[in-house]
Amino acid sequence: MSDAAANPIVRARDLTKTYGTTRALDHVSFDIEAGRIVGLIGPNGAGKTTALKAILGLVDFDGDLRVLGLDPRTQRAELMEQVCFIADVAVLPRWIKVSEAIEFVAGVHPRFSRKKCEAFLSHTKIAPSMRVRELSKGMIVQLHLALVMAIDAKLLVLDEPTLGLDILYRKSFYESLLSDYFDENKTIIVTTHQVEEVEHILTDLVFIRDGKIALAATMDEVGERYAEVMVNPDKADAARALKPLNERTIFGKSIFLFDGIERTRLAALGELHKPSVADLFVATMKGTYA
Amino acid sequence: MNNIPLLMKREYWEHRGGFLWAPVWITGVILVFTVLGILSAEAFHSSSNIHMGFSLDELRSNIGQADWSEAGNALDMAQLMFGGVTAVGVFFVLFFYLLGALYDDRRDRSVLFWKSLPVSDTATVASKALSAMIVAPVLAFVVATAAYVLFLVLVTLWAGAHGLNALPAIFAAHPLGMLWRLVLTLPISALWALPAIGWLLFWSAYVRSRPFLWAVMVPLIVLMLNWWLGKLGAPHIPDDLHLAGILGRLLFSILPGSWMKAEGSTVLGSHISRSLNPDHVVSTFDPSNVYGLLAEPNLWVGVVAGLALLAAAIYCRQRRIETAA
Repeated sequence: MSDAAANPIVRARDLTKTYGTTRALDHVSFDIEAGRIVGLIGPNGAGKTTALKAILGLVDFDGDLRVLGLDPRTQRAELMEQVCFIADVAVLPRWIKVSEAIEFVAGVHPRFSRKKCEAFLSHTKIAPSMRVRELSKGMIVQLHLALVMAIDAKLLVLDEPTLGLDILYRKSFYESLLSDYFDENKTIIVTTHQVEEVEHILTDLVFIRDGKIALAATMDEVGERYAEVMVNPDKADAARALKPLNERTIFGKSIFLFDGIERTRLAALGELHKPSVADLFVATMKGTYA
Repeated sequence: MNNIPLLMKREYWEHRGGFLWAPVWITGVILVFTVLGILSAEAFHSSSNIHMGFSLDELRSNIGQADWSEAGNALDMAQLMFGGVTAVGVFFVLFFYLLGALYDDRRDRSVLFWKSLPVSDTATVASKALSAMIVAPVLAFVVATAAYVLFLVLVTLWAGAHGLNALPAIFAAHPLGMLWRLVLTLPISALWALPAIGWLLFWSAYVRSRPFLWAVMVPLIVLMLNWWLGKLGAPHIPDDLHLAGILGRLLFSILPGSWMKAEGSTVLGSHISRSLNPDHVVSTFDPSNVYGLLAEPNLWVGVVAGLALLAAAIYCRQRRIETAA
């Protein structure tokens, strides 16, 4: 997310999208560089999906957006040779047979490897003669992932890819993605509400709220900037004086979340922790639905 | 655009039921009724007419040259009937296929999958229009022809069982002549269908809900409004421009062969009779007669209108994904 990007995969300047009177994206600017796994996290209706749709050329917008140097509005077909997309489950057409889906993608996609796809499917219970409507939700996602992982694309966009799946499918989804797909030439953008499950794979974090970017940082920067301190009641007032982002109480102790306060000062107050993305998210989004 | 054949294959995969099995069922039912008709004729020892225009008694007692040619003409009519009945099937299949073609995948959100592949919206819309122009009518025609061959076999066997040779009747008919003449009508029907293909695909791509209602109600309301304005004496499209015929083409021109009645309902005038000649079926489909339509502005105005509507459908397809549902 640094501004020094020479050739970013995604470059957005003043990205704006209005639906009627609501502003889904409000003059948003950001860069996404190659080889990153970016988590786009925000409450419902914050503009995550709109941002992804803009990147994929699925929605019209104002401002300037370049994905792999192309304009998604006018060059969607070329762009999709380099970009893959998995939306939440059940966007695969229900009538199609597994073998037909493979034949179709193989036919239209110049970077698709049928061998890779079939190898991945061989580890599942999915048979070529099955129709999508006969598959469970988890199997549909496996099929979609098999189709996408067999494509040598530069950018993979995941919009709530594991929504409604059980934990076994969710775990294996991200494991396959990391071990069999991701490398330094690929970039992944993922939105999800299940922050805990992706936080260990992310390299970058973007919080989005009310169509604006609330936070954009690498995970390393997040670790440096933010700290959580567990404070005994007697030092709580001293901690509050340092203007914490958030305060919560567990077992009579207060846990404070600080942004950009020196470690030595915080260490004097109590035990230091690295905050989880979920805690950081809750603190950042305080009052969103109020 | 080089993946259009695969995109058309995709349309066939999704709509096998309408494109292939619907004509198979329709002609299958006709053949079953033919067999039932033969059986009941046998059961009642009846020699009444069996829907072919000639009776066994006539054939037995007095077979002259004129009778053979009449029987041959009746067989030509039967061949046309197989094509015509499946054509009506094609009309219904295409009507709902086109209304759903750019709408159903938006409603079930699978459009997100199709749009995640490197296929242009122009190629997508073109593949759907070409499926309606070529795939469905050609498949129906092949099925109808196969059914007619089965029908000839049935008739020959039945006549043979009564010691009659049906071959002279078949020779008096023009099965091959009819076949290639009907094949030659397919491109004409495809061009003629463009206004309806464009109209239905446009609404399919444009609406957020109920494409059927929009596609059917808009011409109906325009027609009624024009009639009402005429009654009031206000400026309106005069009767001699035949608004109903123009609007009707937006809905009904996907019926293969619907250009046959064209001369009655044309704005720009048609001088060649293309109505069915029941006494000599085969001459109706003489290429010089059928292809006379290519010389008429009537056809080309429709082609241009259809292409404009297809362009509008592509424009909508690029921009509209959400539905109301």
